[in-house]
This record gives sequence, C-alpha cells and structure tokens, in this order.
Amino acid sequence: MTTTLPAALRAPFSAGGPSAIDAQLANRLLGLALEAGGDYADIYFEFRVSASYALEEEQIRTLGRGITLGLGVRVTKGDATGYAYCEDLAWEKMAHAARTAGQIAVGGGHAPVGVAPLLQVALPSFYVVPTPSIVVSTHDKLALLRAADKAARAYDPRIVKVQASFAEEIKEVLLFTSDGRMASDVQPLMKFGVGAVAEEHGKRQSGSGGGGGRYGMDYFAEVHHDATAHGREAARVAIAMLDAREAPAGQMPVVLGPGDSGILLHEAVGHGLEADFNRKQTSNYTGQLGKLVASELCTVVDDGTISNARGAINVDDEGYAGQRNVLIENGVLVGYMHDRMSAKHFGLTPTGNGRRESFQSMPLPRMTNTSLLGGKDNPDDIIKSVKRGVYAKRFSGGSVNISNGDFVFALSESYLIEDGKLTAPLKGVQLTGNGPDVLRRVDMLGADYQLSDGVWMCGKDGQSVPVNVGTPTVRIASITVGGTQA
Amino acid sequence: MSSARHGNLLGSASGAGVSEQTMKELRDVAQLTVEVAKRAGADHAEVLVRDSSELTAKIRLGEPELVQEAGSRSLGLRVLRGGRCAMTYTSDLRREALEALCAETVTLADFAEVDEFALPPDPALLATAVPELDLYDPNLAEVDAAWALRQAMAGEAAARKSDARVTNSEGATWSRGLGASAFATSGGFLGGYRGSSASLVVVPLCDDSTDPGNPKKRNGHWWTTSRYLAGLEPPEAVGIEAARRTVATIGSRKVETQECAIVFDPEIGRSIVGMVFSVANGSSFWRKSSYLVGKEGELISSPLVTIIDDPLRPRGLGSRPFDGDGLPTRKNPVVERGVLCPVLCDVYSARKLGRQSTGSAGRGVAGPTTSNLIMQAGAMSRPDLLRSTMKGLYVTHLMGPGFNAVTGDFSRGAQGFWIENGELTFPVSEVTIAANFDQILKRIDAVADDLELRSATAAPTFRVSHMTLAGTSRN
Repeated sequence: MTTTLPAALRAPFSAGGPSAIDAQLANRLLGLALEAGGDYADIYFEFRVSASYALEEEQIRTLGRGITLGLGVRVTKGDATGYAYCEDLAWEKMAHAARTAGQIAVGGGHAPVGVAPLLQVALPSFYVVPTPSIVVSTHDKLALLRAADKAARAYDPRIVKVQASFAEEIKEVLLFTSDGRMASDVQPLMKFGVGAVAEEHGKRQSGSGGGGGRYGMDYFAEVHHDATAHGREAARVAIAMLDAREAPAGQMPVVLGPGDSGILLHEAVGHGLEADFNRKQTSNYTGQLGKLVASELCTVVDDGTISNARGAINVDDEGYAGQRNVLIENGVLVGYMHDRMSAKHFGLTPTGNGRRESFQSMPLPRMTNTSLLGGKDNPDDIIKSVKRGVYAKRFSGGSVNISNGDFVFALSESYLIEDGKLTAPLKGVQLTGNGPDVLRRVDMLGADYQLSDGVWMCGKDGQSVPVNVGTPTVRIASITVGGTQA
Repeated sequence: MSSARHGNLLGSASGAGVSEQTMKELRDVAQLTVEVAKRAGADHAEVLVRDSSELTAKIRLGEPELVQEAGSRSLGLRVLRGGRCAMTYTSDLRREALEALCAETVTLADFAEVDEFALPPDPALLATAVPELDLYDPNLAEVDAAWALRQAMAGEAAARKSDARVTNSEGATWSRGLGASAFATSGGFLGGYRGSSASLVVVPLCDDSTDPGNPKKRNGHWWTTSRYLAGLEPPEAVGIEAARRTVATIGSRKVETQECAIVFDPEIGRSIVGMVFSVANGSSFWRKSSYLVGKEGELISSPLVTIIDDPLRPRGLGSRPFDGDGLPTRKNPVVERGVLCPVLCDVYSARKLGRQSTGSAGRGVAGPTTSNLIMQAGAMSRPDLLRSTMKGLYVTHLMGPGFNAVTGDFSRGAQGFWIENGELTFPVSEVTIAANFDQILKRIDAVADDLELRSATAAPTFRVSHMTLAGTSRN
C-alpha cells in the first residue's frame, strides 16, 4: 500500500515509529531465540487497528474501536515448534519471549545456527488502496448503513427488521527470519453486511447481503457493491424465503450457482490439500499426487494474487510472497498448499500459504482465494438438464473432516429444479458428501466463473483467517440433500 | 526424544500464577480508567481488565510438536454520554495510552444515536460481594511445559497401544489457561476474580479400507477438562477412550433415507441444549429473532425436559460470581418440565422487554450468555433407553451450521451408529438429520440418567422419537 497513514494508524515498530525495530535489533532477537540450539526462528510483529459500526432499529447503535500490538517468536527444531508472544516492545519482554520459544530446542545436540544477513523480500502489491476506509470520516460510513437500511425497508413492506454493519481494520506486519528474510506489509480489510427479516401472516424469514475485501471506500463505487444494493439483496432473500417449502431428502442432482458455491470446494477439497495434513499423512489426499482425484472437468487453483480479494496477500506470515498455485489440473492432483515446515518436509519451495490469525498464533498452511475454474457449458443448459434436483444459490457455511473428506455445507437460499426449471424456494438445508467422491461426480461446468463477494472466514486449529472462494455454475450428478421430505 | 529433556526448562512455572498483587493491579487499572473516562466527559463508564496466560504442549507420534507459552493483558471500555454508547478495547495499558483511549471513546460515542435503553444498571441492583466459587487452582499454576508434555505423551501412547488399528495420530494436547479479571463501573461496582482450567485431548487416527475404491482415514477424539488439576481424568484413560471411539467408526457408511428415531450421545446432546439457549434469551427475544418469541409459560418441549443455568456451581467450568453488568449471579431455570421459563436477560435486553435482568450478562460481550447450562437427568438407564429403540441413529457427531433461529429449521450433517432392535449395529456417516427445532424438542420421548458435568453445557443421553434422515436413495 502506498498511502501515507496518520501517525496513530502506523505501527510503533515501523521505520520512523516510536519503537522502530530495525534489522540490527531483529538480528539480536533472532540470535537469542536460536541460543538453545533451534534450527530456525522467526519474529512476527503485528499492529492492528479495527473499528465497527452497527445500525439496528433504524438507529446507529454500536460504535467500537480496538487496537492490538504484539509480536510472536517461533523457533523450530526438526518438526517441533516453540512459540511465545508478548504485547510489549520493551527489549526485556521481547528477549524473554525469544528465549522462551527457544527452549523447545534445548538438549538438541548441535551448535547454534547463525542468523543470516537480513534482506528485504521484494513484494508485489495486490491491494493498492488510495484511501483506507479507516481514515475516512465516521459520518460517511454511518451514511452507508442508513442507505442500506432504507433500501431494504423500501424493497417490500413485509420487511420488518433490518440490521446493517460495517467493519474495517488495518493491519501492519513486520517480520524477520533467521534464514535472512525481512518483509513488511500493510493489509486493509473491510466488510459490509445487511440482515433483513420479513414477516407475513405470522411467518418470519431472514435474509442477508453484504461483501467486502481488501478495499477502501472505493469498494462501494461498483454497482453491485453499493450499500443500497446490499440492502435490497438482504430484503430480496428474506421475501423470497417467505414462500419456502420443506426441502427434499435423499440423493439427487444439485446445480451450484456461480461464486458463493466455492465454499463447497473449500470444504470438499481445499482443506485436504493443505500440506500439513499430508506431511502428517492425516489427509485423505495423502500420497495422491499425480493421481486422478476429481472429474477431468475440474481445475482447482488457490490464488493469493487476486487484486483486492479478501484472501489476497502480498506476503504470507512467514515472509513468502503471495502466489497463484494450481492444486488440481484437469482432475489430476498436482500440488499442495505449503507453509515453510511442510515445504521443507517435501523438499519444495513454500507456496505463500503460511498464514496466522495473529501474533498469538503460529503459521499453518492455509487457503487464500480458492477457485474451481470455469468450463464450457451454458449455465442455463445446466439447469435445463436436470429433471428433479436442487439449485443452490447462497450458503451460510460448511465444515469438513479432513481425515476422510466427509463434508457438509449449508444452503441459505436454494430452489427446487423440476423439469429443467427453478420452481419453489426451499427452506434452509444441508448438503453432505465426501470430497473426492463429489468432485468425481462433477459432470457439467459453466463458462460463468465468478469470485464470491462473500465475507468468508476460515477456521482451523482455532485460528480464523479471511479467505475467498469462486466457481462457475457446476452440476453434481448426485449428492445427498438433507431436507425433511423423505 | 525423551521427555526428560524438557525438565525445568520453559521458565519456572511460579511466574505463571495469578497473585494477589496481580489482582490488585487489575482492580486499580479498572478503577483508574473509569475515573479517566469520567474526566474525559463520560456520564457513565464500565471497564473490564483481563490478564491471562496459556501453556499448550502438543505431542505427535511420541515427539513434542508444539510448546506455546505466553501471557496477555487487555482492557475493554464502554462509555455512555448523553444516552449515546461506544465501546473500545486495547492491549496497551500504559497510563498515557489509556488517557488517549478514553478521550477517543467519548468522541466516538457522539456519533451514536441516543438509546434510552442503554442506561447504567440501578446501583441498588449491583453485587455487593463476590462469592468464592473455588475457580482457581494454584497447583495448575505450578505445572511446567515438561510435565504437560509428559501428560500429552501418556495420553497419546495409551491410545496407540490400546488398539493395533490405531495407525497414526493427529496428536495429543495438554493445555492450561490461567486468567484474572477486574470489572469497575462508575455506578460503584468494583470486583474481580481469578480462574484456571486445564484440558487434555487425544486424537487418534486409523485407516479404513472397507471400501477399496475409496479408502479413508477415520479420526476420533476424547478429552478431559477441569478447573482443578485433580479433576482431570488420567491421561491413559483419555487415550484408551479416544482409541475406542476412533476404531468404532471403521466401516462407516450411509443408510437409506427415512424417518427414524434419533438418540443423542451426551457429547452432542449438549450442543442441542446450547441451541435451546440461542432461541431462548433476552437478545433474541427483543430482536424477535427466535421462533420462541411470545411462548414464555407455554409448553415448548417434551415435559421430560428441564434445563437450568447455574452460575454458582463451585468449581464449575462456566461459573461466575457476578455478571457482566456487575449484578449478582443466580440460578435460573430455562425450561422446566417442558415449559419455557422467563428468558435469560442482561440489563439491556431486560429493559427492552420491560422486565428485570436475570443476572446473565456476559463478560465483555453484548447480551446474556450461559454459565453452566445443564439439562437434568431423566429416570431411565442408558441401556434401557437404547434397548427400547427399535430403529434409529445414535448420533455422536453433528457437522456444519444448519440451524435457523428465526424459523427453527434444523438440518445438519450427522455421524454415529445404526440402532436395530435396541442394539448399536454398524457405524454411519455422510447423512443428515432434519426437522423443525420445535418438533425436535417436543418429540423427546426418553431422557437417560447418565448426566455427567464434563463441560459447562451438559446433557444426558436423550432420544427424539423421529426425524428425517437423508442418506442413500430408497430402493
């Protein structure tokens, strides 16, 4: 990011800050961390300013703001990791954290490894934000909430409740590694959300809209991202769902709409391709490199380089530049997502997927923006091809058991397909299946690839990181739909 | 690697405990910040200061995988000015930083609109004493990383040794948290308490080649947690149970789509109890975001169901001596013999609903939260409950979201065991179970007497007479 931020939003550890950390000081800390015999160490500084604004009952209700500052020290010895953190840039505190993390290596036998000369890593720039929202007047942000509220209420008189929220943060990171890398980045992130409740004849339904990414206020300039568009979308879903009927139960064809459906991909295959699980041989994709693991129509890519996307990263939390990684090509498994530790195990270069929730957590291989690339079919033809099935449009989330690939994901807006046409809206329903099994059943792929505008948060080992997903329209020949109509 | 290698290395554990001195510091910072906020222009201020430390030790395949040790402090501030509210937090507790935070929070409040319900609680209702609930074990503070690694190692080793089908491991983790907090308000409340907890979880893995076309791995887990070191189950017992639960899932398969009885294992039944609270609390009621709105005093469940929230249970994992508004906590019924009791409220939601708080405000969060939420045991033994089930699914895991509080629609992924003529037969996975939550609660037709208070939210084994199970197509 090239913007000049006001002093209060700059990290105290950045160059020119009141507690600037330079290479020389970092070098000393890394030396302390490796004193006990560790074979690698890194130090990750993080400063985060966040703010949130919420509207409810047509009033601005809650305004919040928070600041966190800290550093995490990691030392590895073989496959073992020592980790410590502190929230203070005083030398004694930082030195204590470095020594504490270093204890993992005590008794390891060989002489301490030296710290390589620290060199700045050259970084790309995937989120140039002229004006981060956090420096913009609060009034402007509150106006967006009011506009969304008004638009949702105006959509239909049956809308009885609207909530709108705006959340933003700016995170500055600075990291140093004992193998000689140093990198810094400023990462903006914002999200806008609207929830609406519709009521008719005592029946109530809810709907939601929203989006975001690594944008500033420029996000709202695009037609589909406009605050009123999100308000109308929340209202549209709530109203549509008033007519929802009980969903069918059992195996049937399912057509996934473009964009948000990528959440299926994230759960069904994404997690299983994170290399820590494969290093430990605990994933169902262990040992499958080079093998056909999906329908030949499927090419799956994890791409941290998509401009302004929620999962975009100039640099991961281990100092490797964000990159585009092909995971499955025409159905064949060609690569995993690596952090430093798994890459070392497999003798590969890290893929820029080492991410952490905060300075209080160690990095793990994580997804960024994960997509199933587009195919050749006309989306309308895909729907027309189904005699009886379900069309899935919006999703509220999912989950997977990585050891065997069994997953679920929840549809928040879906429709029955009867004789090739979308007919009745269906009540909230779960899809369940097994990742490799379901990807082999992909038999039509639309030419209408879309990146989701959702605000997906991915959880793993208790750590949450922002991600995004994308897909074209997809037909799955058969999957279990978890409705009530057996 | 031998565990002895880590002896007394990761800092002497004596530094980790929460001393009386720390408690005093936290109270002082909380009270000082209230005064600073008042001087900055707040009509009312509430400050929560927390100090916490963690120790996590993970073993995988007999080798240390992770030792994480650190402490952390944070402060949360809520101010009211002219009926307008703002909330902020920081990890920077230096005097000058707190001065700046207070000034900024007051300025931020001016952007909000007047909320007549956001007034401070009536001072007469504030807690005047902090009951001793025995939530802190000094022995836990003495534990060091080497000891923690040995516990994890013993748990994992027992799992691997107990059954040859355990071929791999996602590891065993022993962890400890120590925490202290102080809460001060300009209404005159000042209180604090400390707490500890520790847990061990073991996650074995086995190979399942039942379907040669799609070989799978199966993981399972078991755990123990307690506020007291002496309350933890022995690591060997945890490991053996983890292995038993894992190998039992070998050969899991789908079953045919049908209506059948659903029996909830206590491990999963407690999540159903948690969902009852999510639709029976003051926030969801004033927001009208629950299908139960307007149903207090009515039968919302089978009369076999009684659920109580008890914050005052000594050594309870969810216990708290006062609530997030500074009010005394008390035992509240949530559902009594199937009838919905007055819902749990904090001061704000109680005002919105025109009633009194039940002393259920969460700490540092908006709205009421549960403490120890317990579904009471029934009269039937667990074996009798199973024996009287002709056909159904015994559920051990639920997956994914899939519950809509506004409508009560419930559809979630499930795993477990098929019940045929009163016996658990084969393991089941890749199915969903669905029904409206209202129907689920009303169809509870058996509650077992096997309640164990292993976690803050707890339930005995219970059965729902029928739900829709979605699996393979019917032949």
